Amino acid sequence: MKPLDALAAALEPVAPLPRSEAEPAFREPWEASVFAMTVALHQRGLFTWSEWAECLGGAIRAAQAAGDPDLGDTYYQHWLAALETMVARKGVTGAELLAQRKAAWDRAAHATPHGQPILLENDPLFAGGT
Amino acid sequence: MHASEDGPHPHGHDHGHDHEHSALSGNALRVRALESILVEKGYVAPDALDAIIETYETRIGPRNGARVVARAWADPAFREWLRRDATAAIASLGYGGRQGEHMVAVENTPEEHNLVVCTLCSCYPWPVLGLPPAWYKSAAYRSRAVIDPRGVLADFGVTLPEARRIRVWDSTAEIRYLVLPMRPAGTEGWSEEALAELVTRDSMIGTGLARDPAGAPA
Repeated sequence: MKPLDALAAALEPVAPLPRSEAEPAFREPWEASVFAMTVALHQRGLFTWSEWAECLGGAIRAAQAAGDPDLGDTYYQHWLAALETMVARKGVTGAELLAQRKAAWDRAAHATPHGQPILLENDPLFAGGT
Repeated sequence: MHASEDGPHPHGHDHGHDHEHSALSGNALRVRALESILVEKGYVAPDALDAIIETYETRIGPRNGARVVARAWADPAFREWLRRDATAAIASLGYGGRQGEHMVAVENTPEEHNLVVCTLCSCYPWPVLGLPPAWYKSAAYRSRAVIDPRGVLADFGVTLPEARRIRVWDSTAEIRYLVLPMRPAGTEGWSEEALAELVTRDSMIGTGLARDPAGAPA
């Protein structure tokens, strides 16, 4: 979606948006995980909540600029992008290690039979913990 | 954790050749990558993450806020305390801010209606309302609540008298707002528990009003 379309979407009425009282807090498990990691890292003092709000606001603006209509359903995607930015900024882990590890999880998932827990050890190239 | 829930890719068009095996979405992979590194480096513990998720999925929700509002309706001294120092009044009921935020209660009156938004990043009064609904996080709500609050209320089916002012409160990382809706008429003598049933999540954000007692099981 072009930024102009995103702007148009932003001016649409909010009525069609979901607003059930019973709406689940998280739609997918990874959303819950990224939320919990953020709360845990904040609790241990890696960043202040103001820093986080600013970082998250930046991720939302970047996504909008890239064409995300930002209907609320991509909210935890913004959290994920912001958290990746934050951990890099704080020197915890950079993009390169994240990308390597993501590839390892992908191989591990494909090597795991259906219905069984996906473990990093299932990666055929797994070399043991560091 | 959660391996069985996000593992299988039931209609994996990209992985039709691979249907005996699992696949994870791009987001799930990124999250697992980050989580496994944070655990290895000792930044987070898996148990602690599970505990946080459990808390927010089951223990913290709008019912906390409803109990705060019901107490304020039933107890004038508590209401006064809530207006003066919402953080302390809310904490006295056992609901505390985990992000160190300051709570402010804004009271609806026949003259003034309050509406809460966070234009920057969807900050939300978690301790009393749980996690925000999807619409609260949408760009449409964040922008329209500020430029056209009456139109937003109309979308939610709320029409206020023309003369009633609408004040919009933009939350920040430090300050979160809780709307104290007006107590519905016809609820004199009700218990706090019964009153709490009339308090909806939306009424505490300002996009709704408290339920009409005629429509609620008293």
